[in-house]
Amino acid sequence: MRRVAIIGVGDTEFGELWDMSFRDIGIQAGLAAVADANITADQIDALYVGNMGAGRFIEQEHIGALIADYAGLARDHVPATRVEAAGASGGLALRQGFQAVASGMHDIVVVGGAEKMTDVSDVESGMIQSSAADQEWETILGATFPALHALIARRHMHEHGTTREQLADVAVKNHKNGSLNPKAQFQREIKRETVLSSPMVSSPLRVFDCAPSSDGAAAVVLCPLDMAKKFTEVPIEIIGSGQASDTLALHHRKDICTMEATKVAARRAFDMAKLTTKDVDVAEVHDNFTISEILAIEDLGFFKKGEGGRATEAGLTSIEGEIAVNTSGGLKARGDPIGATGLAQAVEIVAQLRGKAGKRQVKDAAVGLAHNVGGTGATVVVHLFRRA
Amino acid sequence: MATAPRFWRENPSRYNLVGFKCNNCGKTYFPPRAICPICHRKSVGKIEEVKLKGTGKVYSVTEVHDTLDELAMMKPYLLAMVEMDEGPKLTGQVIDCEPCDVAIGTPVRVALRKLSEEGSAGVIHYGYKFVPVKDSTGKTP
Repeated sequence: MRRVAIIGVGDTEFGELWDMSFRDIGIQAGLAAVADANITADQIDALYVGNMGAGRFIEQEHIGALIADYAGLARDHVPATRVEAAGASGGLALRQGFQAVASGMHDIVVVGGAEKMTDVSDVESGMIQSSAADQEWETILGATFPALHALIARRHMHEHGTTREQLADVAVKNHKNGSLNPKAQFQREIKRETVLSSPMVSSPLRVFDCAPSSDGAAAVVLCPLDMAKKFTEVPIEIIGSGQASDTLALHHRKDICTMEATKVAARRAFDMAKLTTKDVDVAEVHDNFTISEILAIEDLGFFKKGEGGRATEAGLTSIEGEIAVNTSGGLKARGDPIGATGLAQAVEIVAQLRGKAGKRQVKDAAVGLAHNVGGTGATVVVHLFRRA
Repeated sequence: MATAPRFWRENPSRYNLVGFKCNNCGKTYFPPRAICPICHRKSVGKIEEVKLKGTGKVYSVTEVHDTLDELAMMKPYLLAMVEMDEGPKLTGQVIDCEPCDVAIGTPVRVALRKLSEEGSAGVIHYGYKFVPVKDSTGKTP
């Protein structure tokens, strides 16, 4: 297997981008990544695009070819592949690109992720997001996507004593980080009280416990590590890649307070990198709900099971804390354009490892982790990165 | 909206709680599957349909305030994950009670109810919901 590096990154702002279409945002992020990598179109061997729901969000399938076409690559007939695993689509696209380069099949690969969520109503968007869960045995019986996470939160509070305030602290921290990120959807700090007084979505989760619907795209350029110095002074190596699946429906899991797929994907990535959780300086984790970040920091091994809420309350996951979690603002504040999220995580980690994360820079960050979840944990992808 | 057969073909399980028992490991699952997730190919030919008794305990519960279009008339409603006596967990609404009557551990039984309908003239979908089990004094234990 060849060693693989990221040589360029690009992204759009995340938010309600009314004046931009799906193809506009996809191309904007892709072009930024290609410019950052200083490559030309004829050097691109393949394209992977993470996208969850274009068929329903914009009634457009065949996303791989669409993006290749508007990226100006149709005449070059560059192979373009769409990758889908609900919320983990972006991370999984990155893994497909990583595998293609590591295997020797391709040299230069562009991996993008994009979602255009605001061309449908909020209700329609909720229905589409719920299709990441089990339509036959969860959704039809009344389980919305937030409701499933509320069931996790309620059980976590029952078993581990996690408090309503500790859930709020996840949102407070991520909004604070978002306020330092000019590309974030929400750039204002909030207080605990903001979360606790926001409208109820599905008890105990309120509006400010949930990541927003967003439009946005992000992209990276990959190449073999031994070619990387030709393109950039600071290649970022992908040193570990792990993927795992689990039951589609949440209720089929023995313990809903643990995402087994997170534990397994992380173990696979750490084994590949020959590192442990202790080596990680900065992590982007899948905080589509506040409770999700608490599960993630436990299951990735940063804290013991049941300690995630208390660790957050104690500030251990802040930028200056023991382990900096979601410096970008996370899905909660940076925004969550579903298919783009896994790539946006990689873009943030690259910025941190390059030392270019501005006001939210983690001091001397050398190893980064990205954790991307599909559904309620039926697909999890974990990547580890290091300055080469 | 999906066509009627999509809902109709799941009716045995949604109406009568038909699950399956793997006669290789003895575990019961819901809904039916072709393969036991523990025994894999050893379960082939050893899968037996079983009907769950319909009683269990609340494993987790939430009050849903923001929901899908077809359920908007019901909100807010209680949604629970219920651990059935035979072992499998099911997700469904809890009805005929006050929200304060339901907590983790509350015993419930299954009731067949309307889940949703496709407009005023379309197909009506039925399936299981849960009702708290009350003792002789009318209170939930």
